[in-house]
Amino acid sequence: MISLTNAILFLLLAPIIGGLVSGIDRKLTARMQGRVGPPIFQPFYDVGKLLEKENLVVTSSQNFYILSYIVFIVVSGALFFAGGDLLLVIFAFTLAHIFLVLGAYASNSPYSFVGAERELIQIIAYEPMIILSAVGMYMVTKSFFVNEIAASELPLILYLPGVFIGFLMVFTIKLRKSPFDLSTSHHAHQELVKGVTTEFTGPNLARIEIAHWYENVFLLGFVYLFFAFNPVIAIVAIIVAYLLEILIDNTFSRVKWQLTLKSAWIVAGMMGLVNLGVLYYLAGVLI
Amino acid sequence: MTYLKKSPWLLHYDASSCNGCDIEVLACLTPLYDVERFGIINTGNPKHADVFVVTGGVNEQNREVIRNIYEQIPEPKVVVAVGICASSGGIFRECYNISGGIDQLIPVDVYVPGCAARPESIIDGIVKSLEILEEKRIQMKERAKQKEQGSSPGGGER
Amino acid sequence: MIELPFLIIFPAIAAVLLLFIANETLRNAVVKIAALLIGAGTIYAFFTYFQSGLQLFSVPFEPASQIMFVLELFIALYILYVGIQCRRYLAVLLIIIQSALLIYVESVFVMGIHPEFNLFIDQFSLIMAMIIGIIGTLICVYALRYMQTYHAHHPEIKDRRRLFFFMFFVFLSGMFGLIFSNNLLWVFFFWEITTLCSFILIGYSQTKEATNNAFLALEMNLLGGVAFAGALLYLLYVDPSGQFLGIEQLLTSGYAIALVPAVLIGFAGITKAALMPFSSWLVGAMVAPTPVSALLHSSTMVKAGVYIIVRFAPVYTGTMEGLIIGLVGGFTFLLASAIAISQSNAKKVLAYSTIANLGLIVACAGVGTYKLVWAAILLIIFHAIAKSLLFLCVGTVEHRIGSRDIEDMSGLIVRMPKIAVMMFIGIAGMFLAPFGMLISKWAAIEAFIEAQFGLIFVAILAFGGSITVMFWSKWMGKIISVIPSGEKVEDTVKKEKWFVLYLLTALTVIVCLIFPLISSTLIEPFVMSVYGQTARLSQDNIVIMAMMIFLLMLMPFSLLLYRDGVKHVPAYMGGRPTTTDMRFQGSMGITRETELSNYYFEEYFGEKRLLMAGTALCFGLILLAGVLLTGVVL
Repeated sequence: MISLTNAILFLLLAPIIGGLVSGIDRKLTARMQGRVGPPIFQPFYDVGKLLEKENLVVTSSQNFYILSYIVFIVVSGALFFAGGDLLLVIFAFTLAHIFLVLGAYASNSPYSFVGAERELIQIIAYEPMIILSAVGMYMVTKSFFVNEIAASELPLILYLPGVFIGFLMVFTIKLRKSPFDLSTSHHAHQELVKGVTTEFTGPNLARIEIAHWYENVFLLGFVYLFFAFNPVIAIVAIIVAYLLEILIDNTFSRVKWQLTLKSAWIVAGMMGLVNLGVLYYLAGVLI
Repeated sequence: MTYLKKSPWLLHYDASSCNGCDIEVLACLTPLYDVERFGIINTGNPKHADVFVVTGGVNEQNREVIRNIYEQIPEPKVVVAVGICASSGGIFRECYNISGGIDQLIPVDVYVPGCAARPESIIDGIVKSLEILEEKRIQMKERAKQKEQGSSPGGGER
Repeated sequence: MIELPFLIIFPAIAAVLLLFIANETLRNAVVKIAALLIGAGTIYAFFTYFQSGLQLFSVPFEPASQIMFVLELFIALYILYVGIQCRRYLAVLLIIIQSALLIYVESVFVMGIHPEFNLFIDQFSLIMAMIIGIIGTLICVYALRYMQTYHAHHPEIKDRRRLFFFMFFVFLSGMFGLIFSNNLLWVFFFWEITTLCSFILIGYSQTKEATNNAFLALEMNLLGGVAFAGALLYLLYVDPSGQFLGIEQLLTSGYAIALVPAVLIGFAGITKAALMPFSSWLVGAMVAPTPVSALLHSSTMVKAGVYIIVRFAPVYTGTMEGLIIGLVGGFTFLLASAIAISQSNAKKVLAYSTIANLGLIVACAGVGTYKLVWAAILLIIFHAIAKSLLFLCVGTVEHRIGSRDIEDMSGLIVRMPKIAVMMFIGIAGMFLAPFGMLISKWAAIEAFIEAQFGLIFVAILAFGGSITVMFWSKWMGKIISVIPSGEKVEDTVKKEKWFVLYLLTALTVIVCLIFPLISSTLIEPFVMSVYGQTARLSQDNIVIMAMMIFLLMLMPFSLLLYRDGVKHVPAYMGGRPTTTDMRFQGSMGITRETELSNYYFEEYFGEKRLLMAGTALCFGLILLAGVLLTGVVL
């Protein structure tokens, strides 16, 4: 059931795809702002540079947490692409994120501490909707296994439009895009320095960045599942979804954490639950 | 490798500048000059930075801060003094509370003159500093190699 | 069958012995030997019965029931006495009602009946026995040293340790009795024993607060007791020959007879498991010495409540009443988790987390499909181990740093490294991926989707689960933040405590590794025997999770890689030079200290507001169940 080839492909290709996506993202962002922007390969240069830099830490345990973070991000992403249980994948991702948060806590620095708290707020904001998305996919395909969901002939998006909208909402949070880039971001919002990543230098920062690429590829894979009945449409959908995120990123200013939490939960409740409720009712009526 | 030259991240610190040079530093980020073309990002955090851009001269208030920020930037790093005040103290040089340029306190690699320094010359100064950055990286590598062979005790603990 | 009476009676004998031992060394020896024997007894019972499934036993000792009745009257008299003495007339009223019901039952019906099988054992009883026999006794051993330090720290509290250990062992005895009794009259007797024990143990320090909270616990539990007595009365009214007094016979008798008593007993279970609206007694119970909290929260008392509800889960399946019980559990889970976010007192966080998890267990049992019962039993096991570990860690920390506030635990990894790591593992066990509680939550989500009205519960789990992540991780973050100037204070912890803590930590991890085994030897056969079908996790997932646990165990070795050659700099403080103990020169040359404190979100997750909502909601649901029940009875 578990496809090892896919997992290995993910391990090898995800950083390349993730880095390119990030490079295109930066280029497009620059164009939207009327700038020329960096080269497409800029993210790779950044990570290459960070790996060459000196590793300064406040406490050695930071290294451990960040290593665990990237390892578990990679493991959970690999599990997803290998076709594993979607809920297990989601929980493994939570585990990985907790390691990032702990790494920030470990340094006992005010900025990373606030960043860590905000990262936790983000986690509780997006987690319910992600789980509801998985549940929605189960209700349509009767399986939690990614390979079975992906192989399903049913157009999930037609069954789960509300869930998809809710997912797009938390997609923004997960990608660390404005308006929900509370804990850290790629922009020059400086009032919290760099949030969770404040106390990480050089190689550790590079690991966080690479982990983020892996995670982005996983998220794009999640979008794919909604359209898995037709790979061409799915790829178009992924591109459109990501472009939409870039547009949102560049047209919104950052909101407070209160609004992030409330809006994410309200959307999860309104869009996700109502959608699932209708499916639930229909399943009860039809079967 | 040349990654370092392709992705220099700045930390801009306003020591005791009149804000003239600061405006010009920020102008570099705007669409007109767009330093992100060169992979340059203005970070707000010394721990992520490679290039320390200082405007204004050293006074008693910011002496400790400049030193602290400089120490928190991981090696290899370069310092670019932007504007005449950062270079030498400028018109404030003789003031009772000014010690002079940034080089009174930390080693400066590139001086960008001007009052205020023009964005073009700031960009030029930063690009110049990248050569030095690269040199420093090679030096750092050699030092690390030597240390490994000589196995000096204590590691890099401070 | 000798194991069962041994496990019920032996702790009681040890208890009486402890009541008369004033010498400390002797007491230590007796407690340790008794703990060892009880532990060995449960393990022996496990190996004897784990393959045999359900077994019923008749007790050859005829006057057992009469002795219990007399003891029950004594308990009632005692409660009556303290109730009047302390002017707690609600407790007096409840005990009078309950005793009146009981005496009526005994005098009118019971005289003529002799239930054939008074004791029974099956895999579920065995699981409970293991929890009580191993975790409960470990807490007893821990309590020895703890109480010593406790009295050294609190000279104003009268040293009543003889009573304390007496009550501890009676508690264990009562719990064993509760889980092995098939006769509901016996269950009720042991039920009352646990109520009494918790009452005395909560009020141990005899301060005003402790006495008040002890009475609160007593009143709420007596309310449950009245419902329980009502169930007994109903059963005997339906069939005066008393053939439905046996749990096994009742469970197989069908909805028509079983539903009313099951719901009444379920209500008793809700009070004992401290679900909303009765959650306040368990929160109040934290005034007791920490081993008492550990005992109440992990292996006894509240577990008695969920035990009885899980027992009756097959009756609840698919009924409106069962759904309501499940909803009470579900809302309790959601709201108690949310309240835990706003608490900084470690014991209070643990208390609300217990309430939340019990809520989840009851939600599973109330909806009562076979998959959910499977998940509920897993939850009971994992929760018992991790929660006892956490309570004992907090207790140890409290004695060393003089506070049980999470904010004061910052830098615990430096000050008490070993305890901090254990606490870390315990917390991880409560909510992180490859560990126990999460497995059960996961199984519960999968099971709820297929259940009737399951979507409500799935939503509750999705939101409640993420809330849980919040309050545990911020606690974790607090203890692992490294304060370079911290002073190490854990050397004075005694070796008994270390032994117990190490063992519980090891258990937390081991149980996660061997849970497929526990599931296949105990839980699955039990669920199979009750429902005729059973749930399990797929093989792939188990393998992946085992791999994750091993990976987690390997990761700490990466610390060795970074032992030297890493340069340390102080945290970034906006460019301000900072000393290692986080002091810096503020404006005007004043030296300031940095203090970091967690978010508590009072305005969103405030205790008062949510508790009010939860009480109203759950009270309404229980009333609804009451109305439905009256409809059934009439």
